[in-house]
Amino acid sequence: MEMKNLTAIQIVEALKNKEFTCEALVKYYLENIEKNAQKNAVLEVFDDAIENAKKIDELIASGQELPALCGVPIIIKDNILYKGKISSCASKFLKGYKAQYTSTVVQKLLDAGVVILGRANMDEFAMGGSCENSAFGPCKNALDDRRVSGGSSGGSAVAVASDMCAFALGSDTGGSIRQPASFNGVVGIKPTYARVSRYGLVAYASSFDQIGPITKSVEDSALVLSIIAGHDEKDETSLSSSVPNYFKNLEGKIAGLKVGVLKETNDLIAKTGYAHIYDGIRTWLESQGASVQEFSVPSFDLCLPTYYTLTTAEATSNLGRFDGVKYTSRAEGVTNLDELYLNSRSEGFGNEVKRRIMLGNFVLSSGYYDAYYMKAMQVRQGLKNEFKTIFQNCDVVILPTTFGEAFEIGSKTNNPVEMYVEDMFTTLANIIGNPAISIPCGKGKTGLPLGLQIIADNEQEQTLFNFSKYFIDNFKEGK
Amino acid sequence: MKDYEIVIGLEIHAEVNTNSKVFCSCKNEFGSAPNTNCCPVCVGLPGALPVLNKKAVEYTIKAGLALGCEINDIAVFERKNYFYPDLSKAYQISQLVKPLCLGGGIELDNGKFARLNRIHLEEDAGKLTHKNQTIGTLVDYNRGGIPLMEIVTEPDISSADEAVEFLTKLRRTLIYSGVANCRMEQGGMRCDVNLSVKEKGSNVLGTRTEMKNLNSFKMVRRAIEYEAKRQIEELESGGKIVQQTRKWDDNKGKSFPMRSKENSNDYRYFPDPDLLTIEIDREDVEEIRKTIPLLAEGRKKIYVEQYGLPEYDAKILTNDKFISDYFENCLKIAHMPKQISNWIMTDVLKLLKDYPTEDLTNIISEKNLMEIISLVEKREITRPNSKALFEIVSTATISRNADKFENEDLTKDESTEEINAKKLAEQNGMLNSFSHEELVTAVENALANFPNARKDYNETPDKVLRFYIGKVMAFSKGLANPQEAEKLLKAELEK
Repeated sequence: MEMKNLTAIQIVEALKNKEFTCEALVKYYLENIEKNAQKNAVLEVFDDAIENAKKIDELIASGQELPALCGVPIIIKDNILYKGKISSCASKFLKGYKAQYTSTVVQKLLDAGVVILGRANMDEFAMGGSCENSAFGPCKNALDDRRVSGGSSGGSAVAVASDMCAFALGSDTGGSIRQPASFNGVVGIKPTYARVSRYGLVAYASSFDQIGPITKSVEDSALVLSIIAGHDEKDETSLSSSVPNYFKNLEGKIAGLKVGVLKETNDLIAKTGYAHIYDGIRTWLESQGASVQEFSVPSFDLCLPTYYTLTTAEATSNLGRFDGVKYTSRAEGVTNLDELYLNSRSEGFGNEVKRRIMLGNFVLSSGYYDAYYMKAMQVRQGLKNEFKTIFQNCDVVILPTTFGEAFEIGSKTNNPVEMYVEDMFTTLANIIGNPAISIPCGKGKTGLPLGLQIIADNEQEQTLFNFSKYFIDNFKEGK
Repeated sequence: MKDYEIVIGLEIHAEVNTNSKVFCSCKNEFGSAPNTNCCPVCVGLPGALPVLNKKAVEYTIKAGLALGCEINDIAVFERKNYFYPDLSKAYQISQLVKPLCLGGGIELDNGKFARLNRIHLEEDAGKLTHKNQTIGTLVDYNRGGIPLMEIVTEPDISSADEAVEFLTKLRRTLIYSGVANCRMEQGGMRCDVNLSVKEKGSNVLGTRTEMKNLNSFKMVRRAIEYEAKRQIEELESGGKIVQQTRKWDDNKGKSFPMRSKENSNDYRYFPDPDLLTIEIDREDVEEIRKTIPLLAEGRKKIYVEQYGLPEYDAKILTNDKFISDYFENCLKIAHMPKQISNWIMTDVLKLLKDYPTEDLTNIISEKNLMEIISLVEKREITRPNSKALFEIVSTATISRNADKFENEDLTKDESTEEINAKKLAEQNGMLNSFSHEELVTAVENALANFPNARKDYNETPDKVLRFYIGKVMAFSKGLANPQEAEKLLKAELEK
C-alpha cells in the first residue's frame, strides 16, 4: 500500500491490517524529512523513533487491543515538553535544554500509541507569524521555498503539508496554529481556551495559549482533539467539563446553520484582494441551506492592540525565569548579578522576543498599567460579552484566516507592525477564548492556499468539525 | 527638644503549617537536604503550572477569623515580578488587590486596639547561601513555594513595647489556631518594621523607613529603639528623613540604608493567569470558624474559673501552647489542676529554661509527672524524696532525648528501657515503708498511750479524732496515710 499522504485514521487502519509496518512508515517519513531538509521544518529527529516504531509493530503482532492512534508518527512543536528530549523553543537561550518531565498532551498521545519523530521549528518562544524568528533559521513554505511557512507553528504545518509525519502538534496564542495551517493548505484548530491542558507547554501568554493539532483532514483533527482535550489536575485552569468524542459524532452538516459574518471585516477582506472568494463562500453556504447574517462588532479593530498589550505583559513575566541562573545559557565573564541577568538575556533572546519583553514591561509598569494593561483587560471583557451575544444568535462566525497567501521570506522582517497586522483575523479567537479552525478554501493568485477560519461558541468544537467536514467534502469552487 | 510620637506599622510573614507547599505537592518541611523537596513547579521549570493547595487558603482564612478579620468573597493571586536568584520564576505569586482577609486586630494590655490592614497568602522564596569566591552562591529551593501569610498592620503601634506585645500575641494566636508554627529561629516568622516619627499631637505623618526581615522579638525591639532615636536626632539636628529600606545589623546594633525609594523595584503586578479566582463560600467560612480551637484567653478563663487556678498560674500556663497542651494532657490522667500546675510552674519550667524544647515530654513524660504527683498524694513518698525522684526521672528523660536539644553538654542515652517513675522510686529506696500492719500498731499505741482523750469522743468527736490522727502521724514520722488512720481510729473509737 502506498504510504504517501496518509491521514492518521488511514494509518491506524493500514497498520491494523498489516498493509505495512510502523517501522517502514517511520522510515518513509524520516526519508521525507531528510529529502526536504531545506524546508528547515524539523529541528531534530529523535534517535529512538525507529526503535519505538518496532515496539509498536510488536504490539500489533501480539494481537492485543490497540490504542486509538496506534503507530501514528507525529512531530511536536519545539515548545511542548517530552522528558529527556530537547525543547529549545527555537531559542538560543534554551539550545540543548532537555525537558525534565513530559507534558500532559504528549503523555496522552503516547498513551494513545503515537510514535514521536522529532520536534518542529517555530518562531522563538512562539512569538511571530512567519517562523523567521527561529534562532535556527526560518522554516520555508511547504509549497514554495521562497515563502514563509507562517508561524509560529510553521515547522509543524510544513511537516504535515510536506508529508513528514501524519499530524503535528502546534500551539496557538494569536493564530500560531491557524495561520501556518492556512499558508500550507492543511487543517489547524485552536480549541476553546483551557480545553487542552497547558501543563508542559512553555508559556508565551498563559491566558491565550492553547495546544492543538495540525492535520491533513478534519477527521484527524476531531480524533486527535478528542484524545488530547480534557481536565488535567496539573493545570487548574483546564476545563472540567467532559470531552465529547468529536470523531464519533462527526457529521458533515451545514443546512440549517446560522452563519455569522462580521461587518467590520468587510473592508479588511476587500483589502486582501480575495473578497470574491469569501463572498463566493457566503453565497455557496446559503445555497446549501445555511443562513448568513451580518453582525457588527465595533471594537473589532481593537483586537490587535488588545492582543499585543496583554500577551506581551504575560510574556514578560513568563520569560523572566530565563535568567541565566538555572538552566538557560549563562553569559560568561560577568562580575555581578545585574550583569549576569543583563548579558545572559541580551545574548540569549532574539530581537522579536526582546521587543515583546520590553513592550510587556512597559504596559505593566507603574503609571502605565491603568492606561494599557487595565484598559486592554476591559476591552477583552467587552469583546467576550459581545461574542457571547453573537453566539446566542448564530452557530458559527466565518472570516478569512489570513490576509492572503504566504508572503515572501524577508519581506516583512524590517517592519514589526506590518508583521503584527498579519494577525488581524486570528487574535480575536484567542482574546475571547473561543474555538477556531482554519481549513483550506481556495488558492490565491500565486497558486498558494488560502484558509477559511470558522469560530464557534465556547466548547462547540463539534460544530466547527461538522461545518468543516461538510465544507471540505462539498465546496468545489477555488479548488 | 520637642516631644515626638513614634508611628509603627508591621508586616509579618508567617509560614503556613500545611503538609505540602502552596502550589505543588512537595513537602512543606524545614531542615531537609538542599533541593530535595522540589519539583518542576516550585523550581519554576518551563511549562510547569501552579495548582492551589486549598488547605493553605483554609488556614489563612482561619488565621483571619481568629484575628477578627473580614473574609473577602473573592481573592485573586497576582504575580509580583522581580529578579533574584532565590525566586525561581522571577515572579512571586502573591495577592495585591484582592487579599483573603481584611481588617481585624489585636487588643493590647493598655487597652489600645492595634488594627490589621489585611492578611494575604503568597509563596516563600528559596534560600541563598553565600560561599567563598570559588564556589560562589548556592541556592536551595526547598523553601520556595512554602505558603506564607503576610499580615499587615495599620500604623497603630507607637513603641517597641507595643510592637513586641503585638507580635507575641499574634504569634500566640497563630500557634493556638494551629495554622502556623512561627518558629522564628527557622525563619518561620519574620517581621518588617515601618517606622516614622512626628511631633506630638500632629496629624501629619513623618517620612517612614522600612527595616526588613527581623527574625526575633529582641531584634524588633532593638531595631525600633535605634531607628526612632536616629530619626528624632536627625530631625532635631535640622535634617530630613529619607524614605528608604534599611538593613538592621544586630551585631553592630545599627541599621544601614539598603535602597531608597527612587530606585526601588517596580513589581509590575498583574493577575496570575495560571490560577483561578478564589471564590469563597460563606458556608465554608462558617465551617472554618468552627474549627478554630479555644485560644490562649479561652483556656486561661477555664483554668481560673473551672480549675480554680490563680490568674497568675493560668497566664503562665497558657503563654505557650505547648505548655498548656502538656498541662491538659496531665489533667486527663488525673484531675489535679493545682498540683499539676505547681509542678509545671516550678520544676518543669525551671528545666525548660536550661533545656529549650517545644515538647515537654522531652523533659518528663506526662505519665511520669503524674506518677510522682500521685505518689505524693498517696503519701507513698515524702516531699523531699519526690523532688529527688523528679530530678532522677527528668535527667534520665533528657539524656534519652539528647538529640532533641541543642545543648552541647548532653550525650544521648541509647537504652530503650521505659523510664518509669515508680520503678525508679523503688530502685532508689524512696518509697515510704509504712505498711498497714504498722499503721494498726500505731493506732493501738496512740489509743493506749492517751486513754483519757477518748472519753470526750461523744461530745466532741471531731476534736478527739484529730487529736489521735496527730498522734498517729507523729508516731509514723509523717509516713502514715491520714485517711487510712482516720478510718481505723473511727472504728476503734466507736466500738
